[in-house]
Amino acid sequence: MLDKTTVYLDNSAATRLDERVLEAMQPYFFDKYAVATSEFAYSQGIEARESLDNAREILASNLGAAPDEFIFTSGSTESSNIALKGVALALDNKKGKHLITSKIEDFPVLNSAKALEKQGFQVTYLDVDSDGFVILDKLRESITKETILVSIQHANQEIGTIQDIEQIGHICREKDVLFHTDATHTFTRIPLDVKNIPVDLITVAGHTIHGPKGIGGLYIRQGTAIAKWIDGGFQEYDLRAGLENIPGAIGFARASELITPQETEQLQKMRDHIITRILSEIPDTTLNGHRWQRLPQNANISFHFIEGESITLHLDMHGFAVSTGSACFSRSLEGSHVIFGIGGDHERAHGSIRFTFGRFNNMNDVNNLVQVLTEIVKELRSISPLGKEKQEEKE
Amino acid sequence: MKSPYSETVLEHFRHPHNVGKIENADGKAIEGSPACGDMVSVYINVHPDTKTITDIKFESYGCASNIATGSIITELAKGKTLDEAKKISWKQASDALGGLPKIKAHCSVLAVEGLRSAIENYEESHGLIKERIPTTLEIVRARLRKVMNPMAGLDLVRTNLVQDIEIDKGTVRVVVNLPEDHQFTPAIKEEIIEKIKPLWDIKEVIVEFTQ
Repeated sequence: MLDKTTVYLDNSAATRLDERVLEAMQPYFFDKYAVATSEFAYSQGIEARESLDNAREILASNLGAAPDEFIFTSGSTESSNIALKGVALALDNKKGKHLITSKIEDFPVLNSAKALEKQGFQVTYLDVDSDGFVILDKLRESITKETILVSIQHANQEIGTIQDIEQIGHICREKDVLFHTDATHTFTRIPLDVKNIPVDLITVAGHTIHGPKGIGGLYIRQGTAIAKWIDGGFQEYDLRAGLENIPGAIGFARASELITPQETEQLQKMRDHIITRILSEIPDTTLNGHRWQRLPQNANISFHFIEGESITLHLDMHGFAVSTGSACFSRSLEGSHVIFGIGGDHERAHGSIRFTFGRFNNMNDVNNLVQVLTEIVKELRSISPLGKEKQEEKE
Repeated sequence: MKSPYSETVLEHFRHPHNVGKIENADGKAIEGSPACGDMVSVYINVHPDTKTITDIKFESYGCASNIATGSIITELAKGKTLDEAKKISWKQASDALGGLPKIKAHCSVLAVEGLRSAIENYEESHGLIKERIPTTLEIVRARLRKVMNPMAGLDLVRTNLVQDIEIDKGTVRVVVNLPEDHQFTPAIKEEIIEKIKPLWDIKEVIVEFTQ
């Protein structure tokens, strides 16, 4: 149960809404509830249109983009679906049937790619190195004349590794292939300017930045070949039909304005503190992902000889919310594909815990967590049949 | 705190009974592996005349339901004769815990298996088992009854997911009635191999899916 005493360290899954975001959204539920498509019928519609365009401008400018290059969606899942399937549909008979992505992408990209395979497309799933980086030479070699799209995330959802999307973008540009990146976890935290980085499509979302759930966006560089995927009315430059989620869009834009470099630096301090403390104080632990080239809000550590769901449940009983890459935790009963992707074995996946920080956490939370966690790990290891000899040697 | 687990499960998870190892135990077994996400060791001491379980301990690498089932199963088995203890089922363990989520069946069934294997280990080492018999379809089917269908919380055989079994010169082929790309196929495949591969005369296990 989430209450005032819960320390929520799963901010990559969802974030607490900032009151100032709610304040900005509120009028659009009660007074200004008209939709933008009614702008030619009555004045409330005009206001709705103006507010929506204003939100669009704020969000687009965050990426250095023009407002008409940014469409609203229902979240990052939909954005990535539109990016992959929209490009595939547009270029299918014109250029080819080949896409490239990586093995550690988040499910919207991975499963969109798998769905396209069923439709006759070929997909290359690139291996990553032990830190989670896409190997650029491998990417270069994989691009063929048939390749229509490369989709490589900006940063990983689980282990936080930040890809060199600038280089990836240049490779795609050289080979004349479209490039999509999922920036769900980096948007507003790590600068991404489309004027400097050659990227054609970017997935972003409100739920990771203390904005509302159910609102996301897709940057589409002007002139990009993309087919309409959701049919209906003519909303969103006739690229995505459906009633505009105006309160959501307003909230998303407001949330993006509230992110500051100082705050991001603060998250990074918590990240570095928890990594240093756990690795030095709890034996048999491994950091997953790169030590420095990682999301400022993300730490992911494997605790050997014990299983993650047991750790999260014990932490929950002590009022800490975190997540794990254990099979027991997932609905498919499979361990984290990301940990496997970086060469980890089952035990490393099952014992991995992800801590993700947000605006409402502080250093005290981190210190309290490490204290509780140290005891939990000791307790669970004492009942585990694994690693006993190693543990006894140390005693 | 809200939880998918019953109060009893949480209680056994927090304070598991009979945890540890018995040095020079009369019978012992390890079930599962880090690969399937859960692993449990069971140790028993047996009274030589009455064949009752005088002491029992377990260790667990696993999630809450695995730990809680290990704890309850040791409680249920203590003081029972080997024949009584062998009959303790997953259902009994689950009931004693106030129920377990369906999807967690496969993690908790391991502890039950662990107890049975520890008893078998005792019987083997004390000359209570006759010579080894070659693997038959019936034996394979019995093993598949220990593989859980995570959608139903019941085993594969009972939920009619086993379409075909063939045994040919040390190779077992199992056809499962699920599409190749189903959410649970990798987990089910792994578990089938894990259950059948240890049979003494089986060298290879092939798992196929219908679509």
